[in-house]
Amino acid sequence: MSLAFNEQAVASLKNLPAAPWLENIRASGAQVFSVTPWPNRKTENWKYTSLFALDQQAYHGAAPQVNLADDQLFAIAGLDAQRLVFVNGHFNAALSDKIDGLVCVPFSQANAEQQALIAQKLNGTFKQEQHLFGALNNAALQEGVLIHLTKNQVCKKPVQIVHVQSADAGFSSYARHVIVLEQHSEATVLEHFVSAAKIAENIHNQLTEVFVGEGAKLNHYRLHLESGSQSHFGGVHVNLAANAVFNSFQLALGGKIKRIDVVVNHQGSGAHSEINGVYLPKEKQHIDFHTCIEHAVPHCTSNEVFRGIIADQAKAVFNGRIHIHKHAQKTAAELSNKNLLLSNQAEINTKPELEIYADDVRCAHGATIAQLDEKARFYLQSRGISRQEAEVMLSFGFINELIDGIELEPVAQLLRPILAKQFISDERLARHLI
Amino acid sequence: MLSIKNLQARVEEKDIIKGLNLDIKPGEVHAIMGPNGAGKSTLGNVLSGREGYEVTGGEVLFDGKNLLEMSTEERAREGLFLAFQYPVEIPGVSNMEFLKASVDAVREHRGLPAYDSVTFLKLAREKCKAVNLDQNFLKRGVNEGFSGGEKKRNEIMQMMLLEPKICILDETDSGLDIDALQVVAEGVNSQRSPERSFIVVTHYQRLLDYIVPDYVHVLANGRIVKSGGKELALELEEKGYSWIEQEGK
Ligand SMILES: Nc1ncnc2c1ncn2[C@@H]1O[C@H](COP(=O)(O)OP(=O)(O)O)[C@@H](O)[C@H]1O
Ligand SMILES: [Mg+2]
Repeated sequence: MSLAFNEQAVASLKNLPAAPWLENIRASGAQVFSVTPWPNRKTENWKYTSLFALDQQAYHGAAPQVNLADDQLFAIAGLDAQRLVFVNGHFNAALSDKIDGLVCVPFSQANAEQQALIAQKLNGTFKQEQHLFGALNNAALQEGVLIHLTKNQVCKKPVQIVHVQSADAGFSSYARHVIVLEQHSEATVLEHFVSAAKIAENIHNQLTEVFVGEGAKLNHYRLHLESGSQSHFGGVHVNLAANAVFNSFQLALGGKIKRIDVVVNHQGSGAHSEINGVYLPKEKQHIDFHTCIEHAVPHCTSNEVFRGIIADQAKAVFNGRIHIHKHAQKTAAELSNKNLLLSNQAEINTKPELEIYADDVRCAHGATIAQLDEKARFYLQSRGISRQEAEVMLSFGFINELIDGIELEPVAQLLRPILAKQFISDERLARHLI
Repeated sequence: MLSIKNLQARVEEKDIIKGLNLDIKPGEVHAIMGPNGAGKSTLGNVLSGREGYEVTGGEVLFDGKNLLEMSTEERAREGLFLAFQYPVEIPGVSNMEFLKASVDAVREHRGLPAYDSVTFLKLAREKCKAVNLDQNFLKRGVNEGFSGGEKKRNEIMQMMLLEPKICILDETDSGLDIDALQVVAEGVNSQRSPERSFIVVTHYQRLLDYIVPDYVHVLANGRIVKSGGKELALELEEKGYSWIEQEGK
């Protein structure tokens, strides 16, 4: 009998190459990970996502170095971006751009000053005692990206950070990104996850910490487009200073097990966050989005919209927590989650979770499991469109509403065909969509 | 072209159409007027085959074929067009994709080749212009955020693109100012031909000044209770419906 996942994970950490400047964090991460109880069905945060399947598979071979012939897996037509590429967690200089005009370096190439900044910021957005896979990420800390914009620096060109998984045998890989925007700076960062077409089951644990300074603004994208055999445990954790803005678009296809945590801490008055998210599991895939919007101070606003289409026997979990602290008066927080189930074996567990301790706030929330709108379907059919095609158009439209809102049009154009392919088996039915 | 005999239909267990007869020949324009709740929109929905509108009796022949046996999309492909009283908004589905899907489906049914996208775009722009809609409407979601009048003009534009045999216009004039009304009426008139027929549902005589009907019918309580020429509309404008509803009883 093989070891359980967590025991294997701890054992495999011994193989990490040495990195003196990360030793402390690794040691404390390993310690916390090994004493944190493994989640089961009674663990509130993991109620609908079982980690049982992890124990059935060996994942802890070292992540192999693989070379890719070209950028076909992750090129985004028409997007003028600066790119950093990691294959199986290893930085790949050949596929990456030489970055111009801002600090944007892999941890493995960070100079002493940059290492100090990384070390100072690490774990500034979450507590590893409350985040099992955050602790594991600390324990396995080795590679990632530091992005640092100085005061008033505006970086027009998006930075695209690509993670490619490609290997024949199972392994796990880890990465951590640290994004620091000083006062009144602005950047666009796109986190892009893909995998080679034929690939063994792997686990990726990638965590991004974002620090948006006073009056600064981050436009953020996170696209999980890996194949359905992949598992992912990661997320984005954000601290917002006064009048900081965090705009985020996230899209995730389903995986073997995917669990993504999105946490935004509004820590300075006037901060604003806007998160649009989409999840599209099918077949037997599983996806779990846990979002948490923390309002700790007055006069902040947050707006969160997540939509999912769940097909076949897939299962999705959406947990949207809004926590308004006692002193966070005049907070305006909105949350909407809508789901479309395409089969009667598809499953969604959606839960808005509000904790409000201030009395002068505006908080609107809603979670629905929607059917296709009969009126809309009739309208399309009354124009000669078949019922089947009408249903496909409406399902597409349900998500495309959010895709239409994407600022970077090349990203929208990348996603539309993926979306159309995702739940439409007959290509002829998708011919009018893209 | 369309022959409705003793049609009876119910919605949610309630009888709404109660023995309706109407015979429409190619090229004719029939106006249907009547009080609110008479069943005018229900008639349009029944003729289009909407789910939940249950036909309990009678028959409808469309060019000799049994209309009531066809699915909604088959009726449309055969050439029946309903301009909705309240066109629905469909965010996320672009007007252009929708129009192309619809025209492709209808043309395929008629054994005609699909337009390539450049030709179709040109055609769609032309029709936009004909109803005085900005081309940008093609890129927007279907009816999304359109004003009442824009929605109605979008309906007429679809009618022009689909080239149906019979058009049912359900209160296409309501909510239009006089300029928009003229645009819509001109659109309709430009489509009149010896082969194409119209059922124009309206509350107001006003529209019939522009789209001059061959016949005017009064629909009340689920039946045609009175029919006449275009002068009947003037009489209704003057006297209201109550005198006819009395006669009908
Ligand atoms: N979908 C529906 N569900 C329930 N009742 C309906 C529905 N559609 C129509 N009705 C009822 O049928 C009657 C006729 O309505 P309608 O055909 O809309 O009248 P008109 O268009 O002449 O004003 C009304 O009493 C209306 O309430
Ligand atoms: Mg009506």
